[in-house]
Amino acid sequence: MTAATDGRSTATDAGRRIEEAAREIAGAGASAPDPARDPVNQAMINNWVEAIGDANPVYTDPAAAAASVHGELVAPPAMTQVWTMRGLHGARPDDDPLRRMTELLDEAGYTSVVATNSTQTYHRYLRPGEHVAASAVLEGVVGPKRTALGDGWFVTTRTTWYVGDEAVAEMTFRILKFRPPEPQDPGNSDDGTRTADAAPVLRPVVTRDNAFFWEGLRDGELRIQRWGGTLRHPPGPMPPDGDLEAEPDYVVAAGTGTVYSFLVHHHPPVPGKRLPFVLALVELDEGVRVLGELHDVDPDEVHIGLAVAASFDRIDDDLTLPAWTVRS
Amino acid sequence: MTGGIGGEAAIAGIGATEFSKDSGRTELRLATECVSAALADAGLSASDVDGLVTFTMDGNAEIALARELGIPELTFFSRIHYGGGAAAATVQQAAMAVATGMADVVVAYRAFNERSGSRFGQVSSSVAQQANTSGVDNGYHYPAGLATPAATVAMVAQRYLHDYGASSEDFGRIAVTARARAATNPHAWFHGKPITLADHQASRWVAEPLHLLDCCQESDGGVALVVTSAERARDLRRPPAVIAGAAQGSGPDQYVMTSYYRDDLAGLPEMGVVGRQLWRQSGRTTSDVDVAVLYDHFTPYVLMQLEELGFCGRGEAKDFVADGRLDLDGQLPLNPHGGQLGEAYIHGMNGIAEAVRQLRGTAANQVAGAETALVTAGTGVPTSGLVLTVP
Repeated sequence: MTAATDGRSTATDAGRRIEEAAREIAGAGASAPDPARDPVNQAMINNWVEAIGDANPVYTDPAAAAASVHGELVAPPAMTQVWTMRGLHGARPDDDPLRRMTELLDEAGYTSVVATNSTQTYHRYLRPGEHVAASAVLEGVVGPKRTALGDGWFVTTRTTWYVGDEAVAEMTFRILKFRPPEPQDPGNSDDGTRTADAAPVLRPVVTRDNAFFWEGLRDGELRIQRWGGTLRHPPGPMPPDGDLEAEPDYVVAAGTGTVYSFLVHHHPPVPGKRLPFVLALVELDEGVRVLGELHDVDPDEVHIGLAVAASFDRIDDDLTLPAWTVRS
Repeated sequence: MTGGIGGEAAIAGIGATEFSKDSGRTELRLATECVSAALADAGLSASDVDGLVTFTMDGNAEIALARELGIPELTFFSRIHYGGGAAAATVQQAAMAVATGMADVVVAYRAFNERSGSRFGQVSSSVAQQANTSGVDNGYHYPAGLATPAATVAMVAQRYLHDYGASSEDFGRIAVTARARAATNPHAWFHGKPITLADHQASRWVAEPLHLLDCCQESDGGVALVVTSAERARDLRRPPAVIAGAAQGSGPDQYVMTSYYRDDLAGLPEMGVVGRQLWRQSGRTTSDVDVAVLYDHFTPYVLMQLEELGFCGRGEAKDFVADGRLDLDGQLPLNPHGGQLGEAYIHGMNGIAEAVRQLRGTAANQVAGAETALVTAGTGVPTSGLVLTVP
């Protein structure tokens, strides 16, 4: 049980380092305005509206634009980000918060990236000839979160485009930097924390009758329902003698027992599991049976009567599953 | 209690689609085809039907089937829970409805695209996480990785091997017998494809100690059974299969496929509950059974059924099944159609149809002079069974 507690605090330490670095980057404030490669120009506008299929003449036809509310040609607002794109060989400046956060998360093993959402706000239209510059600030870093892609951190930045001192547009941009699943991951990280494989496990149905069991696992306790002197697993809402006045409590199992029966699962794939894996129905020393995966064992070595100890498979903040290891 | 169905009702018609891996049509279409075939077999029409029964798991509502078939009115409709455990119980429900006058002609049906559609052998999150007590029960098993029917059976099979000194070869003999029967049944998917015990042993692990060939196939298809009073059945086209016994059963500390918290893991007490009722209702015993159609989704549970039903003592099935006792000319001919291992997996309903054919004397692999047939439904779950006899 202490192993689970240690594992969680170790994982928290890694997370704390990332959070501290994020606070420092956010505290550094906005990056220096980074000027666009070219001024807003008609050639780029013509290409862009053609590719997008935007036939609005205020972007391309001087006469129509002159007759419009704009009075002259303007650039499509949605092109704002285009002006400060860095081209094929460009790099974000050293003080760019997204660059700094990306490098940090790469080093921590969250090497893959996917853009999740962005929101843009336009304060006014840009006109050909204007030269914009962009400045970004780190708004937030949240994680680690378990996602379908893998464990990762959501990184949110806010970019502001300026012409001179005037803010003309803003964008909130969020990415997920995640640790890609490793098919051959043996299930143990270097610090001894057990991590489940990438696909999420099926989740239990939690009710008032069994919440204590699942809460206990989160705290590294294998809790067995007790009605007076009788232990019961799986738990339920009634005692063996049918006394409607009785209230259950629980005991925390010592976590030692023996294999009552087992199987080696080979096929088909099971979410969150690496094949093959051993499932053991364990008779606890307290006398009840509990099912869980038996880890770190050669399937050929498993036999009925094998002495095992409880361990805890932490899936995420909400779910920890009971599991077993061979007792030496 | 001495009650029971007491031969008041009979199966008067049977019908089926072809058994395939990809039917190419909807489950509702399969249902209408097999029900139509069963009615034609009985010499009845849709307008004669006033009751329909199926599995909770069946995707075809009784009213949808009634619409398609032109059944004008239904006075009785019912569904049975617990997967394949429902099979014989659909006939029990139909028989009770007929015996009590709630309906005159009740059709029990099961039709699905179990192979080309939703496969039971795969992990199903919707099953695991249903918002009811079964979902709560599954929480102690599915998240840990016990998430397929084969795995749930493997846990029990391992303990059975340990407690009684049985071996994988003993399981294999059930598979070899089934495939031998299927090999000579033109309607079986594995027609012409027998296996040897060596094939069984060489087949890959699915959930150790279960090999691939310990697990039944997955199938598309439908089967329907027409139930009416024994009296009316006598005047219909076909010789009736009289329902001499029909029973359901669940055992102590019962779960669906995961009754792992009982004192004795290596048994199927729910089938014992069914068996005791069947013998009592029908006035028959094991020695009266001319042909046994035992639910065979996984081989270990066939051995355990033989024990629970009283054909042999606990742990003795491994010896009972040796020496050809289950062959067509043996002491207890087993699953002459090839079972679900060999013919098709239609959730046990094809086995009931086979029992009817055996009593009519029209089976592909006919047991000579069969007068009494035993049929069981899904195992590892609350289940059911029938004793059928010639008139």
